Amino acid sequence: MAATTAALTTSRSRTSAGRAATSEKASRVRGRVFTYLALSAFGVIFLFPLVYMFVSSLKPDSQILQDIGSPRAFLPVGDISLDNYFGVFARVPVGQFLWNSVLVTVLTVGLGLVVNSMAGFALSRLEWRGRIVVMALVIATLIVPFETIAVPMVYWVAQLPTLVIEGGVLKYDFGWLNTYQVQIVPFIANAFSIFLFAQYFTTIPKSLDEAARIDGASWFTIYRRIVVPLSGPAFATVAILTFLPAWNQYLWPLMVVQKEELRPVMVGMQYFFQLNTAWGEVMAYTSLITIPVLIVFLVFQRAFVSSIAASGVKG
Amino acid sequence: MTVTPPTVAAETPRRSLRRFRSIKGRETWAGLAMMAPAGILLILFLAIPVILAFTLSFTNARLISPNPPRFVGLDNFVRAFTADPVFLQSAWNTFVFALVVVPVQAGLGLLLAVLVNRRLRGVTAFRVIFFVPVVTSIVVVSILWKFMYQKDGLINSMIDTLTFGAWSGVDWLNNPSTALGAIIVLSIWQAVGFHMIIWLAGLQTIPEELYEAAKMDGASPWRQFTNVTWPGLRPTMVFVLVTITIAALGLFVQVDVMTQGGPMASTSTIVFHAVRKGYEQQEIGYASAISLIFFVAVLLVALIQRRLTREKA
Repeated sequence: MAATTAALTTSRSRTSAGRAATSEKASRVRGRVFTYLALSAFGVIFLFPLVYMFVSSLKPDSQILQDIGSPRAFLPVGDISLDNYFGVFARVPVGQFLWNSVLVTVLTVGLGLVVNSMAGFALSRLEWRGRIVVMALVIATLIVPFETIAVPMVYWVAQLPTLVIEGGVLKYDFGWLNTYQVQIVPFIANAFSIFLFAQYFTTIPKSLDEAARIDGASWFTIYRRIVVPLSGPAFATVAILTFLPAWNQYLWPLMVVQKEELRPVMVGMQYFFQLNTAWGEVMAYTSLITIPVLIVFLVFQRAFVSSIAASGVKG
Repeated sequence: MTVTPPTVAAETPRRSLRRFRSIKGRETWAGLAMMAPAGILLILFLAIPVILAFTLSFTNARLISPNPPRFVGLDNFVRAFTADPVFLQSAWNTFVFALVVVPVQAGLGLLLAVLVNRRLRGVTAFRVIFFVPVVTSIVVVSILWKFMYQKDGLINSMIDTLTFGAWSGVDWLNNPSTALGAIIVLSIWQAVGFHMIIWLAGLQTIPEELYEAAKMDGASPWRQFTNVTWPGLRPTMVFVLVTITIAALGLFVQVDVMTQGGPMASTSTIVFHAVRKGYEQQEIGYASAISLIFFVAVLLVALIQRRLTREKA
């Protein structure tokens, strides 16, 4: 505002040309003020539910109800404690749920990076018969939403063979329901990740491969020693794009995991929610599983945003 | 002695050809070997389930059943369209949801993208803020909003304050005429940041010189938007519309967490209905048929949007 008044006072002593320039400047300032107002209004809309969630998680239900009609609803004031968090841990095995989700997410993302980058390498840097057809098939599968195949897939994984250890003996059994692998293996290969890797790998000069070939390197060595080290951004993009859906998985584990000790956080959350517990505790649970993701996001915020942007521009 | 040179000449290309072929051969093996892990997984967990969705939809398969699935022809599809009012209601709800969410979310996303595309101090902070709901799990978001939508919850208390007590709201999720609308609002809130980023990426591909040229010609900000920005965003628009529509058609989590399809099927959706039939009621055959109908809808939308946006370009 100080800048605006300064611009206005100086404009009086200027020529008409100068006045035109300063009036343009004034309108630019006005535009800027308007933009900030709009941004702040949207900012409030985007943040208030989450602030409300965190604040409520610190209050007993009576306090939540009492604060609801006033701005106190958004402030950590009054009867503040971590009791709701202790309540959650006492009621359900949240630690186990968190561990399950971390395990599933790390393995899905980690194995996915290896498997999909190898496929991307094969499709973008090697000349082999059938390559074009395979590439076309991979891209064609992008149109299939997971929801289409979810139900038939339950039927399918229920019949797949699996190895189980029973009383110290390795046995052969059928049915993947209620296992860790059913939450991981179907999501390792990802057509979109393969596509992103292939796209990125084509930007690395092919002369590097030729030089390495002359030195007697195998294709796998070229992949591992040359292409992978040069593709940090591609790996980061794919890791971020596959991390969120893996952590947030809901529909699939809801259908295939009934054992409590194998449940990921999101499904554990839903069961906890149905116990009809206090809202303060429910908010503590939701805060508990949101905070780690928000921290990861805030730390890698730049990478997150550019990954999403890259996925859109190329799609 | 005079015969030797031609022999050599004839042999050299043949040998090099053979070597070339063997390199090709090795490259083929390397290619197949490196494609194999992903390829096998995609066949097992994508191709086979797709084929299963097709074949099971013509049977009466059940999840756990002593009897093998029996071929029933088009019975499942006939049943969906003639004998299952909840399916028709679900299809309608999904359609209404998409019809509102697609333009509103795309438009709001573009508005936000234009706002944060300026070189202003602190604008990155706003980008981050608008993106926070996207990284928050939709399960968490649904529970949180269910909490706020309660009869005596935060939303109604805010309405009460803003209207000075003139209107104190309704029981949003338990009222058949407001439940779907309530789900629409939180769905837009959650995902609009994602599309803002996509629009923003599109905006940043438009060369700065075009705007400078437009300014030289004395174009107003609105003219700059309609004549420079909008045409430059066409490819982005296709992507945004297709992704929002497909995501909207797949509406499931919000319904499952917040309303279980109720009250009176007013929020049931195609995917929710398929999961309820296939998983809870174990009717895999019928659920596969519904999934297939959903897939055809997704395919049609993608094709129509592609066609429409291509013609204009």
